[in-house]
Amino acid sequence: MSWILNNLPLILDRLWAHVATSLPAIVLALLISLPLGWLAHRYRPLNGPVLTGAGLMYALPSLPLFIVLPVLIGTGVRDAVNVVVALTLYGVALMVRSVSDGLDGIPPEARSAATALGYRPLRRFLAVDLPLAGPVILSGLRVVAVSTVSLCTVGAVLGIPSLGLLFTDGFQRGILAQILTGIVLTVALALALDRLLVLTGRLLMPWARTPSRRTSRRSHRAGGVERAVTPS
Amino acid sequence: MISYGSVTKRFRDGTVAVDDFSLSVPRGSLTVLAGSSGCGKTTLMRMVNRMVDPSEGRVAVDGQDVAGQDPVALRRRIGYVMQNSGLLPHRTVGQNIATVPRLTGMDRSAARRKAADMMDLVGLAPELANRYPAQLSGGQQQRVGVARGLAADPEILLMDEPFGAVDPLVRADLQRQLVELHHQLGTTILFVTHDMDEALTLGDHIVLLQAGARIAQQGTPKDFVSAPASDFVRDFLGLDRGQRTLRRETAADGSVLLVDPHGRPAGVLAE
Repeated sequence: MSWILNNLPLILDRLWAHVATSLPAIVLALLISLPLGWLAHRYRPLNGPVLTGAGLMYALPSLPLFIVLPVLIGTGVRDAVNVVVALTLYGVALMVRSVSDGLDGIPPEARSAATALGYRPLRRFLAVDLPLAGPVILSGLRVVAVSTVSLCTVGAVLGIPSLGLLFTDGFQRGILAQILTGIVLTVALALALDRLLVLTGRLLMPWARTPSRRTSRRSHRAGGVERAVTPS
Repeated sequence: MISYGSVTKRFRDGTVAVDDFSLSVPRGSLTVLAGSSGCGKTTLMRMVNRMVDPSEGRVAVDGQDVAGQDPVALRRRIGYVMQNSGLLPHRTVGQNIATVPRLTGMDRSAARRKAADMMDLVGLAPELANRYPAQLSGGQQQRVGVARGLAADPEILLMDEPFGAVDPLVRADLQRQLVELHHQLGTTILFVTHDMDEALTLGDHIVLLQAGARIAQQGTPKDFVSAPASDFVRDFLGLDRGQRTLRRETAADGSVLLVDPHGRPAGVLAE
């Protein structure tokens, strides 16, 4: 406990570095996945290659990637940008399928009704397709958020600041409190982010929670949660 | 006014959904396209707002070929009510009804007032405006669908089996209301159904279609019942099975009953 109190500024520093690395990666993964997922959904021949390609990215081992990336994009080995890029790639790998599944799951009658009402294609995508795919996209984003926060710690092996540095450093110096602080804060950050996403979802998609009068109706809330297997 | 001139629709797989179809739907009429599933009736209707484009022939609204018109602008001035209501599940009732007014640039508060007026018109309680479609009964959803179709004051309303999924009692109520609305607003309504009873109840002009959208018979409900043009028509109406042939029978209290071939009373005779 005294270690924590004595090192509060350091802990906050690491926490901030962790947020500053993982958050941009999560946002970028979402932004990149939207067009890719749309392509996979819209053009059937692209569906296989895009989804398989994205899935394969997740199979890249993270440590070698951290070492190769600086060579490819011309950054320094210790640059946090490497981690952001790598985490974005892993995020996209998970997210693309959620976006494509979410768009596939839109009730065809809602889409056809929107066209018949006189929506232009882009506006229909933004005002009808995207919100209706929202619950599935959100469940994918929750997985990405949690896995990104946990993966972010791997950068510590290369000395890139994050909460991970607390446990690599604590391990080398034999300070148990430091190791535990790193682990607990990583988990807490992941849970907090997940909670935040759930609340944002409720705010943005109140309709997805309304109890249905007909029990037989398809639920949008159900599908789409994928298993997160963290590569190491 | 809607007119079809020698319209043919061939789909990519080679099936001919509509084969050389011509029809003129007079302004202000309630015309029913009836026929069993796969006869091309929905395809015909979707040609009016360019959801489907004909392979040959022309479809014109008020004398203007729709092929030359921007489909989006065309759709916004033609109301469309579909099966299972087709409501947008993520929009409230009020927002659903206000969709087209909003798309055409009406400001939010005016669109909200318009939606409230439409809800009143179709008999929906104002407090339903903030509900989501999934929170409504099937009959209420259909009313919202009709209100949405009429919200932009269209001259033409297309209705694709709108009452197919509701129970008979509610359906009868919706049908009665549609006839009233039609008298009140004078909108040209093109109505698609596979239910001949519905066609007879609603249509002031009925077009009965066979496969390939070939016209088996067209005319008023009375024409159909009194002078069916072919065996197909007799069969479709249920005349063959005697379902529409009623006998008089005098009840114990002296009133005259009309009884169907199975001996079930269909109603009483008003002299």
